[in-house]
Amino acid sequence: MSERRIIDARGSYCPGPLMELIAALKLLQVGDEVEILSTDQGTARDVPEWTAKVGHETVESGDKDGHWYVVVRKMK
Amino acid sequence: MSKKILIVGGGLAGTIIANGLCRQISSDIRKGDVSITMLGTSETHMYQPGLLYVPFGKIRERELFRQQRKILNKLIIFHVDPAANIDVEGKQVTCASGAVYGYDYLVLATGSRLVPETIPGMAEGAHWLYDLDGARKMRDALAEFSGGKVVVNVNAPHKCPVAPLEITFMLKDFLEEKGVWDKSQITYTYPIGRLHALEPVAEWCKPAMDESGIKYETFFNTREVDPQAKTITSEEGVTLDYDLLVTIPPHRGAEVISESGLGDGGWVPTDRNKLLREGSNDVFVCGDTTNIPISKAGSTAHFEADTVIDNLVSLLTEGRWARNYDGKVFCFVETGLKTGTYVWFDYKTPPNPGAPSQMIHWFKLAYNRLYWLSARGLL
Ligand SMILES: Cc1cc2nc3c(=O)[nH]c(=O)nc-3n(C[C@H](O)[C@H](O)[C@H](O)COP(=O)(O)OP(=O)(O)OC[C@H]3O[C@@H](n4cnc5c(N)ncnc54)[C@H](O)[C@@H]3O)c2cc1C
Repeated sequence: MSERRIIDARGSYCPGPLMELIAALKLLQVGDEVEILSTDQGTARDVPEWTAKVGHETVESGDKDGHWYVVVRKMK
Repeated sequence: MSKKILIVGGGLAGTIIANGLCRQISSDIRKGDVSITMLGTSETHMYQPGLLYVPFGKIRERELFRQQRKILNKLIIFHVDPAANIDVEGKQVTCASGAVYGYDYLVLATGSRLVPETIPGMAEGAHWLYDLDGARKMRDALAEFSGGKVVVNVNAPHKCPVAPLEITFMLKDFLEEKGVWDKSQITYTYPIGRLHALEPVAEWCKPAMDESGIKYETFFNTREVDPQAKTITSEEGVTLDYDLLVTIPPHRGAEVISESGLGDGGWVPTDRNKLLREGSNDVFVCGDTTNIPISKAGSTAHFEADTVIDNLVSLLTEGRWARNYDGKVFCFVETGLKTGTYVWFDYKTPPNPGAPSQMIHWFKLAYNRLYWLSARGLL
């Protein structure tokens, strides 16, 4: 069964949402998802860019109650 | 009935907490109302930031170590007996020797460990200084190195976010001193789209690397190392040749954490304000082993430890919660050989470094010496 893990990186400046996502994906199985919550606008751009580069899937992303979120599925 | 506090891990976080508690409740311990027991893996305590200097021959190995028993307050019971199973339902910890320890409050402070073996070829093909054995081998490799392509490769997750930059700049100085810089080239690789996780640090180090002739690759997450062909390849599809590969291997938490079912990868799901294990009100988690998305660093461990001490003392003596952790992290950043700066941030305040100055650089050097005082709970 695939699972969805939530990383609440709001107010986290270092290592930041993308580094947290990379670390989390290493521990998950193909098909699992990670949802990241973040207040950092810089990584709002970085996460989808990196996901596309590496070949994981951005399932959804957007703004919610003053923070930004993205859901990524591990593809390999 | 006496209250039992059990601390697993005698690194920075565990040691600060144990000593800090003793300073505040020594009379209760003497009366037998409270006991503090620490479980560790070694008679000695290593000053990890000192490893940075080992490959460059700038520190004597013995300067890194102190006897753990001597750092600890005499009121603390200390066993060198690694935890083999942690049972938070049965409220007991079983050690490698078979000894079993119960507790009223448990503190998990088992830190993080290197897992180069999770990347094919890395353990065989790369050098690192994040543990003593690796630092010694890197010292030998640097002694033999007569110039060529050096790759400094950073992997996620890893502790001490500024160490990779320090290693890179120190390597350059070392190669210059050795007289082989003109035959060498350093390429620094970083997992995300800028040169450092902290944006202001990334902004500072880009021109500093350009000026020093250090190359860089961002969005580089290591897929494999080929020790025969001497290449390193990223998930993003970039392959670099190397003559000397220096890596910051990816980390995980302690095996006992994952094997006891307390967290994938050894990272314990932790309430980021209370520093309690999620689902427990008698298990505190401190230092590198939490899953809180903040820097894994000594300063984080220190600020968290202060919070845990205050709360444990309040709970034991007044039955109330004292205060929440505010996410504070403080880092010195060496901005060259003679200047430094610092940044701090918390859950509400973004990082905003001050202007680099020589005074801050000297303060960082002094701070290296103050480590043992902070472990003793005197800072
Ligand atoms: C090269 C280098 C440079 C660094 N520089 C800095 C710096 O400049 N500034 C900074 O803030 N931080 C720095 N750090 C990071 C800092 O050392 C760590 O973040 C800090 O030590 C974390 O404290 P901790 O108590 O969580 O883990 P540790 O200090 O690693 O302690 C964990 C302890 O738990 C023990 N343990 C593990 N498993 C068990 C078990 N089963 N039973 C009992 N005990 C167990 C381990 O033996 C260890 O003693 C650096 C680290 C390195 C490697």
